[in-house]
Amino acid sequence: MQLANEKTPGMSDANSSKPLLRLKNVKQHFPITAGLLRRQAGMIKAVDGVDFDLMPQENLGLVGESGCGKTTLGRTILHLYRPTEGQILFKDVNLTQLKPSALRALRPKMQMIFQDPQDSLNPRMTVGSIIAEPLDEHSTLKGKDRSNRVEELLDAVGLNPRYTNRYPHEFSGGQRQRIGIARALGLNPEFIICDEPIAALDVSIQAQVVNLLEDLQEKLGLTYLFISHDLGMIRHISKRVAVMYLGKIVELGPAHELYSRSRHPYTKALLSAVPLHNPGREAKRERIILTGDVPSPANPPSGCPFRTRCPIAETRCANSMPQPKKLSLGHWVACHLVD
Amino acid sequence: MNTQTTSIDPAVIDTEHRSMWTDVWRQFRKHKGALVGVFVFAFIVIAVFVGPPIHGVDPNAIDFRARNLGPEWAHPLGTDNIGHDTLAQMLAGGQVSLAVGLSAALIALILGTLIGVLAGFVKSLDGPLMRLTDVFLSLPLLPLLLVSIMLFRDTLRAAFGPETGIFLLIVGLIGVTSWMHTARIVRGDVLSIKEREFVTAAYSIGTRRYRIVFRHILPNILSPIMVSATLGIANAIITESALSFLGLGFPPDFPTWGRLLYDGTNFIQITPSRVIWPGVFIALTVLSVNYIGDGLRDALDPRLRGR
Repeated sequence: MQLANEKTPGMSDANSSKPLLRLKNVKQHFPITAGLLRRQAGMIKAVDGVDFDLMPQENLGLVGESGCGKTTLGRTILHLYRPTEGQILFKDVNLTQLKPSALRALRPKMQMIFQDPQDSLNPRMTVGSIIAEPLDEHSTLKGKDRSNRVEELLDAVGLNPRYTNRYPHEFSGGQRQRIGIARALGLNPEFIICDEPIAALDVSIQAQVVNLLEDLQEKLGLTYLFISHDLGMIRHISKRVAVMYLGKIVELGPAHELYSRSRHPYTKALLSAVPLHNPGREAKRERIILTGDVPSPANPPSGCPFRTRCPIAETRCANSMPQPKKLSLGHWVACHLVD
Repeated sequence: MNTQTTSIDPAVIDTEHRSMWTDVWRQFRKHKGALVGVFVFAFIVIAVFVGPPIHGVDPNAIDFRARNLGPEWAHPLGTDNIGHDTLAQMLAGGQVSLAVGLSAALIALILGTLIGVLAGFVKSLDGPLMRLTDVFLSLPLLPLLLVSIMLFRDTLRAAFGPETGIFLLIVGLIGVTSWMHTARIVRGDVLSIKEREFVTAAYSIGTRRYRIVFRHILPNILSPIMVSATLGIANAIITESALSFLGLGFPPDFPTWGRLLYDGTNFIQITPSRVIWPGVFIALTVLSVNYIGDGLRDALDPRLRGR
């Protein structure tokens, strides 16, 4: 997806304020090594040319099926992996060119909430020291100030501040996710990547955590990149949604428009899989069943990545990669067959 | 376990400040085997270091009139074929054996953990360090020890005096030749721990790499380290015995449990106690250290605590 700058999808032309985060043609390829000599045999193209802008205090939802590169994209933005290609600008600072020490100094502003609340907390550390870790790394808070801040954070995520001496295994999944959120909030970040924060939780707890995240966004003016495969939840919390397929963004637009007038065949198929609340309409729901598997990101199809499973694919889909087209204000689709 | 501990009002636990080491001690006390281990090990250590002045017999005093005696009032554990008092020799030998066992195991533990963590954590060092481990594992140990003792004994004796010199040499050699299993186990565990999400979380916070190792990785691989450390003590005591047996360990007038054991084997028909006592004490030391390690490992794991 090579794009001229002004054609970047997600560049919302109405909003004139500067984007907080800007991705330009971001690629993340992992080498595959094989054989006795560990020679490079190919590339896993986990993220293959992603562009979008994220405005301050926005909540952008990123959806797609498993293995499409959502989590890798999130981790690449935070430079947990060095991107293979492209630029990631955070408040006009190009992160890809920063030295490790300068990047470390910026880390407090960008945080991440992880998918598995069981695995993302060190089982040998108390809740207090888990939440205090970012404070120890980046601030000079000591002693009483530090423990006050930890209690304040626990309180902010709705946990009893007296739990600081407990260990993660003494908490339920939802409570652990709150601990993870408290850790991310410790240094007053501006931007938080929520990497499927609710995927491992019960439905009743999901609502609690999502409401907590929304409250915090309102109170602290946070910007979220909300990664999820739960289309219903994304519709609830995100104003703008990006749909990812095989390392590329195929459609991006305002949530209400994308859910009511999706244009890309993949988005249509995804949305048709969401059950409806009304049993009468649910019975008449037309499902678009995709055939075949997701192609291997090591050997993606030529042209449009979706053409192998697309119900309406034509010859030109195999020949060239469709460029993103602007349909209406902030609604972009990468498909040859959409006018 | 009494039922009172389980029925405490949760509000009481919340307000009480719990320090980690109090929790560890509380859990450690619940491990019966570990407690027995602590008592046995403490008894051995105290006996070995406090016993000689109380017993008051020179371990190297030779009394030809009292050879191959059984237990009697003047010689509680009997005497050997040239009239050494076995108890005095056991006590003096215990000091050396314990010192050798503990320090050699400590050296092996530090080396093994260092190499294992470096190999697991730093990708570019993994290959070279693991091949080095393979080389050490494939070396025939005994010939290597013999050659090194031949080469370095005299220089070290000249530098540190005959006893300290040979002690350093033996401890160093045993330590340097027994770290490989620890290193392999540690590397494997580091490789799996470093892929866990809490380590990724630490990177996303901006935690420095050495702090990730000390704060997140080392505490989570404590169990295998503890196990190989306790086994290492046993191994070191036994290797020292083998060296003494071959006449390459400590000088003959310098008793150790291993030397006593091997010297006694020729006289097992006449005075079986000369073999039984060192054997029993080597076994007791190893067993008690193993149980202590077991209890510590359980007590240091917060998930097992309070059960």
